[in-house]
Amino acid sequence: MAKISDMKMKYRIFMKTYKYRSLEWKSGVSLKKPLKDSRIAVVSTAGLHTPEQPPFKTDLPGGDFSFRVLPEDTDLGNLATVHPSGSFDHSGIEADANLSFPLDRLRELKNEGRIGESAPRHLSFMGLMLSPEKLVEDSAEEAADIFQEDQVDGVLLVPV
Amino acid sequence: MLENRGIPAVSITLLKEVTEKVKPPRSLFVPYPLGFPLGRPNDPELQKKIIIESLSMLSEEVTESLVSDFIDK
Repeated sequence: MAKISDMKMKYRIFMKTYKYRSLEWKSGVSLKKPLKDSRIAVVSTAGLHTPEQPPFKTDLPGGDFSFRVLPEDTDLGNLATVHPSGSFDHSGIEADANLSFPLDRLRELKNEGRIGESAPRHLSFMGLMLSPEKLVEDSAEEAADIFQEDQVDGVLLVPV
Repeated sequence: MLENRGIPAVSITLLKEVTEKVKPPRSLFVPYPLGFPLGRPNDPELQKKIIIESLSMLSEEVTESLVSDFIDK
């Protein structure tokens, strides 16, 4: 089990003093159809990108709030990551990208009839955002536009 | 953000302390180290169990932040 008190001192101090934001969200929303018929999208914060896409920037003050669109037919073996955070062990994701971006698992769940389908577009963010205002104002709205356009029924967020 | 557009979302969480501050609509707390949100690399069965348990929370209409604990039976 992960606990802030087990983290390295610099991360522990950051996590304890960071001003967390809690956003308002509309209550009473739920899947409109059974899960076995629903289109599911994934949002990962492991900083993954395809070889053709520009890597996330690690030197922006406040963090890189952009995101990469990972299409359904993405080959997980080809994904790269530049996540610079020393706050977590990267070995698991390097060994198996499904650990944070479970596209193979969604495809299997679809074949097993447990979800309707994997959405045509999934999203990758980097996390590590010290000033998430831009994320909230711009990127999150764009992300929501994409999922709405793709008629996504539900979203799984997988922070690392 | 997504809920405001009528799309339900669920988050895996590794740090309950953070989830309790951010208060997202739905989260599944998993007892794994940071960097291992879906349990273990190359363990498809465990990964699928975590995914299905979190996605099943999407069917719940929530009015306040709902946190569920994943137990690997």
